[in-house]
Amino acid sequence: MPQILTSAAGALDGLLFDGMTIVAGGFGLCGIPENLIEALRDSNVRDLTVISNNAGVDEFGLGLLLQTRQIRKMISSYVGENKEFARQYLAGELELEFNPQGTLAERIRAGGAGIPAFYTKTGVGTSVAEGKEERDFKGERYLMETGLFADLALVKAWKADRKGNLLFRKTARNFNPIAATAAKITVVEVEELVEVGAIDPDHVHTPGIYVDRILTGQSFEKPIEQRTIRAGAE
Amino acid sequence: MGWTREQMAERAARELSDGDYVNLGIGVPTLVPTFIDPAIEVTFQSENGMLGVGPFPNEQEVDADLINAGKQTVTALPGASFMNSAESFALIRGGHVDLSILGALEVAENGDLANWSIPGKMVKGMGGAMDLVAGVDRIIVLMDHLAKDGTAKFRRACELPLTGADVVDMLITDHAVFERKGRGAELFHLLELAPGVALEELRSKTEASFIA
Repeated sequence: MPQILTSAAGALDGLLFDGMTIVAGGFGLCGIPENLIEALRDSNVRDLTVISNNAGVDEFGLGLLLQTRQIRKMISSYVGENKEFARQYLAGELELEFNPQGTLAERIRAGGAGIPAFYTKTGVGTSVAEGKEERDFKGERYLMETGLFADLALVKAWKADRKGNLLFRKTARNFNPIAATAAKITVVEVEELVEVGAIDPDHVHTPGIYVDRILTGQSFEKPIEQRTIRAGAE
Repeated sequence: MGWTREQMAERAARELSDGDYVNLGIGVPTLVPTFIDPAIEVTFQSENGMLGVGPFPNEQEVDADLINAGKQTVTALPGASFMNSAESFALIRGGHVDLSILGALEVAENGDLANWSIPGKMVKGMGGAMDLVAGVDRIIVLMDHLAKDGTAKFRRACELPLTGADVVDMLITDHAVFERKGRGAELFHLLELAPGVALEELRSKTEASFIA
C-alpha cells in the first residue's frame, strides 16, 4: 500500500539527491504535478536531469526549477513557451536533448515496461538520427531508440484510491500514466483520495502497483496557456 | 491576387473524406474545420491524447484539463476519447490516422519538409511533428508561397533542418496547389493556380521543379 502524505515536502522526504533523474507527467501546464514541482524547488536539490515533454513557463511548473538553476539537463520535445530556457540553452548553461514527442513517450513507456530499446520510423533522415543505429525492416528504414528509466517519477492524477489505483481527467492524462511506470519511486499528487473499492476495477487507468506515495489535500492552480473561446459564445 | 488563409484552409478541407481521422497542426490548419462539408463526418485527433476534438468552449465550458496540442482550450464531442501520450502516438506511428494537415517553413521538390527549427534562432523543439510525418498516411502542407523577405519556400532542397524526408503528398500555398502521385522519386504536379496567378509568375516564385 502506498504511503499517504499531506505535505508536498513530506511526499519527497528522503527521495532526493543531487544529480538524480526525474521523469514528470504533464503536457504544457496541463496535468503537471504542480505541488511536487514547488516542493522540488524548495528542496534545493541540484544538477537534475528532467524528462518531461515541456519545461513549463517562466513563472510556473518546471520553469521554476530553471530560474533556480536546479536543472542541468532536459529531455523534452517542445520548450517553446519558456524564455529562460532558451536563454540558458543558448548561453550553454543547460543541456538539452530534443526527442520527437512520440519517441519520448515510447521511450518512457518502454523504460517502464522493461524494454531497453525499440525501432521507429520517426526521425529517419533528420538530425534526430545522428549517431543512432539504423536498420531496415520489410524494406523500410528505422532508428533505434532506447528506453528511459528515472530515479523518481512525479505524477498528477485526478483521483487515487488508498491502494494507489489512479484515474486521470481528460487531456490531463497525457504523459502521467507512462511516467508513473518509469522510475524506481513514483509519487502522485491527486485532487481527490477515495476509499478502496470506490474506483471500478474496469475504470482504473493506472494500477496501484506503480505508486509508492500519494500526496493529497493540496490546492491546484491549473493555469491555462491559451484560453480560447468560441466566437460569438459570450 | 492569390488565396487568403481562409481560402487555403477551405481548399484543404475539400481533401477530407467521410470517416477520416485527421490531425491538424497549429496555425492555418486550425482554420480547416470551419470549412468541412456538413454532409461528412471527420474525427479530429490531438496528439496530447484525444480523439473527437470539438470547437473552442464558451466561457462556462473552459476547462484547464481539456486542451489541444496547441495548448488551446477545446471541447470534447460526444464519442470522444482520451488516451495517454504513448497510445496517442501509437495511433499516429501505427498508421491509424488518415491525414495530417501541417504548416511549413520549407518544402522541397522531393517531398522533404522543414517546419521545426531555425538554427541559432528558434529553440522550441519538434513536438509531435516528426512522428506525424513519419506515421500518418497522407500529409498536406499549408504554407505561404514566399517567405516574408520574398524568398521561395517551395525549394529544390530544404536548407533548414528536416522534419521528415520524402513525406509531403500535397502542398497548398496562397499561389497554387501541388500534388505528388506517390512518394519516392515523384515530383509534384501543379493542380490549380490561384486567381490572378499566371504559370510564368508561379515559376519565377518557385525554386522547386514541378510538372505543370
